[in-house]
Amino acid sequence: MSTETTEKVVEKKAAEALLSKRRKKFVNDPLNDDNPITVQVLGICSALAVTTQMRPTLTMAISVIFVMVFANLIISVMRSLVPTRVRIIVQLAVIATLVTLVSEVLKAYQYDMYKQLSVFVGLIITNCIVMGRLEAFALANKPWDSILDAVGNGVGYSWIILAVAFFRELFGSGKLFGWPVFEAIGIENFPNNGLMVTSVGAFFILGLIIWVQRNKTGYVEH
Amino acid sequence: MQQSNTYVIIFSAVLTIVLGGLLSMANQGLKPKQQRSVELDTKKKILGSVTDLGKKKGQEVLDLYKETIESSVYDIEGNIIETDEKGAQIIAENVNIAKNFKKPAEQRLYPVFIYHAPGNKEAIEAYILPVFGKGLWGPIYGFVALDTDLNTIKGISLDHDKETPGLGARITGKDIQARYVGKKIFNESGNLVSVSMLKGESNTQEALDAHHIDGMSGATITGKGVNNMLLDYFGYYQKFMEKKGTATNKVASL
Repeated sequence: MSTETTEKVVEKKAAEALLSKRRKKFVNDPLNDDNPITVQVLGICSALAVTTQMRPTLTMAISVIFVMVFANLIISVMRSLVPTRVRIIVQLAVIATLVTLVSEVLKAYQYDMYKQLSVFVGLIITNCIVMGRLEAFALANKPWDSILDAVGNGVGYSWIILAVAFFRELFGSGKLFGWPVFEAIGIENFPNNGLMVTSVGAFFILGLIIWVQRNKTGYVEH
Repeated sequence: MQQSNTYVIIFSAVLTIVLGGLLSMANQGLKPKQQRSVELDTKKKILGSVTDLGKKKGQEVLDLYKETIESSVYDIEGNIIETDEKGAQIIAENVNIAKNFKKPAEQRLYPVFIYHAPGNKEAIEAYILPVFGKGLWGPIYGFVALDTDLNTIKGISLDHDKETPGLGARITGKDIQARYVGKKIFNESGNLVSVSMLKGESNTQEALDAHHIDGMSGATITGKGVNNMLLDYFGYYQKFMEKKGTATNKVASL
């Protein structure tokens, strides 16, 4: 889990490399040490709501990464133009536009998924991670740095919700991506755990992930 | 940095126009594709209640639908309706069952989809009726295919918005839906009794007569929702069934 952060970056040039040590930190930190879900405790609602199965979770993860990358990029490009007094509304407008685009595209090309995720795609707008990164990072940093930051946080969010979905679908319905795992390996009557399909199950798994992670990174709340 | 009010207003206006323009362009551009997705989804469900679509996709489904389904709309008295009050033609596939559900039962439109065997336009194989009701967390809906005697269930396809995955959401599963096949909705004396799910799973064979099927453990309320939905809608279509004549005749001859 902590391997990403221990990677060493060898050289540093006069003109900063596209992935310099400083920039790698933008991507690596949110994956683990500064994870948006487990450390910053943002985006919990969707982590509980969409993670009963792998497939919708993956769609959600891709959608969130897409929205974050473009929102961060757009806000970062506009950062010297955005009037300070209305910046929150500007951020919201940009996010809402991107989310609506995602929703429209899903409706056209992945109608089944669109129905399944229904309201949760729209709720990306209120996902605290997206706006949190715009406010905390994109408004003060250059476009490329902002993209890296968005990728880092997006992937940091995604791997946690995918991990939660993995355990919930496996133990809740005995499947992965709708494929019956236990039947395939010869266990016919594996009892499904009803707790896992409710949001409570997500809380337990999230709690266990945070426990393991903090045990490894030594992070403590101050 | 403190900007003037004029700047803030101009900035907001430009942003709104740009973003609004972008969204309406996306909406217009994707509309045909979206309408097709919705249409395909409905037709898939209608056909899914009588045949196994297997791996058929997109155009294949639409072609099969065109070949085998004939649709019409009835009122609660079993009279065919062709135009609405404004004189516009009513298309059964476009009747929004969820919106109709909010109206009183007497004012609703009741579409009927008649299924012919592929390649045989004359012979009626099944009558497919849409159903709509309330589950535990949200609406449940689907299509029931009745055999030509308008009594035996030939197949059913059920769907839901918010039922609990692994519990109530199992109504979308093939295993649950297969339990309905061959069950009767009228009893020997010709009264409508519908088909209901029992509480709990693995009920005894004696309990599973012509009008009862095994339930889903942990999803009793969703099961009740399905039971009520079926009973209600068979009731709404009863006049239609009587007018088709076959229902009563068959029952009399039992």
